[in-house]
This record gives sequence, structure tokens and C-alpha cells, in this order.
Amino acid sequence: MSNSIRVNCTKKNLKLIRDFVTEYLRTLALSDILMNQIVLAVDEICANLIIHANHEDPSKYLTLKVQTVKDQVKFEISDQGRAFEQSNYREPNIQEHIRMGKKGGVGIALVNRIMDKVEFVTDGTQNTCLLYKKIR
Amino acid sequence: MPMKITQEIRDNTVILTLDGELDASSSVILDEELSDPEIMKYTMVLVNCQNLNYISSAGLGVFISHLQRFEDAQIRLIFYNMQDKVRNVFEILGLDLLMTIVSDYEEARSIANE
Repeated sequence: MSNSIRVNCTKKNLKLIRDFVTEYLRTLALSDILMNQIVLAVDEICANLIIHANHEDPSKYLTLKVQTVKDQVKFEISDQGRAFEQSNYREPNIQEHIRMGKKGGVGIALVNRIMDKVEFVTDGTQNTCLLYKKIR
Repeated sequence: MPMKITQEIRDNTVILTLDGELDASSSVILDEELSDPEIMKYTMVLVNCQNLNYISSAGLGVFISHLQRFEDAQIRLIFYNMQDKVRNVFEILGLDLLMTIVSDYEEARSIANE
């Protein structure tokens, strides 16, 4: 089974993306907690792409594809904004964030802790984030 | 509107009831609510999460960003009636150990009165 959705880069579309992922996952009969975790991981990546990579420019788009391969679900999220530099990524220190009153910067940590594999690839124009989660 | 926040005042306590989903789009209104200088007049902020169906890092970030300010002002921030799937998101980052999450209103009140 494979499915995809294409939305423009506004934060309001995050709800649409979550509903799309929820609808897809519903067929897989997952627990509430696992389903919420997977929806969250996809939401976090899409929020980052919309806000940071594409600066909430409604003329830009991202595409989300989802498929189940054997015992794992795979998400492919593509855009043409600024590529995420995984090599520069540092895990956040939450206590430090609290001390500093920092609002952002914990989304990718959630994604890394929820998903089994997280990859970012780019060909210079098109960037794709690949998320894998074992579900059986 | 994906998030509705209702505010209720009882003595020295502000009770915020969250209804809906807290994501990168809707968390702005929670931030406005917690940034309101009026809130600093109280000693407790209780957050009823019964109808909070979803939270992303943006929603968590709003609570993270206000926690120290509340602690400095000796205001207790207590979450209650949290759904398991939402609590799980706090747990993934270890926030359940840094914030006070209790099962229901009675427990929240008894902790607040300590």
C-alpha cells in the first residue's frame, strides 16, 4: 500500500498532514501511543521544513509519501528548501533549555528517539527526509 | 481552531483547560496565555489536559520556555488529567521528571497546597 499528499508550506497544513498520516496508520491497527508517536515524528519533520527550510512561503510545497514494506512503515518527505545539515545537529540539553527559557530545538530529538532510522538526502535541489519505523 | 484554552480563577490558582491539539501553528495562543503578566499574580497554574489530544515539540517548547520564569516567581505549574499518548511525549524527552504531572484535579490541588 502506498499513498502521498502534497501541501504548500503553511503551518496550518500540519493538521492536514497529521490527519493524512493518522488515516493511513489506522489500517495498521497500532496502539494509540505508537500511532501518536509516528504521527508526531512526521509532524515534526514537516514543521521544520515548513518553518525553517521554506520560511512558511505558501508558494513552496512539500510532498509526503508513505508506504508499508514488510514489517515497517516508511515515510518520504521531500521539499526544495534549505537542506537540513544532519552533521551539524547536536542533541539538546533539556535542562539547559529550561534554564534559558528556550522555546524551540527539541523536535528532531523527538524524531530521533521515536523512529528506527532517520535519513536526510539532497541532490542539491530536492531534499528528502526518510523515516522508518518497525511496527510488528 | 485546533486549540481552545479556557481560563478559570479559583483563589490563588489559575486553571487552564486545553481543548484540542497543540502544534507549531496553535501553540502561539498558549504562549500568549502563559505570557500574560496577570498570571504572575497567582501562586499556582494548573493545566487540565483531559481534552489535549496532541502535543508536538512546539507545544512542549512553550511550557519549557515558561517553566524557569514560573519557578523563579515561585509559581507551581502542575499538569493533570493527561492522556497516556500525550504523557508519553513528555516522557520521551524526560520532561515528566522535570515537570509535575499528576493524575487528577484532587491530586493537583493537594500538591499545590503542600
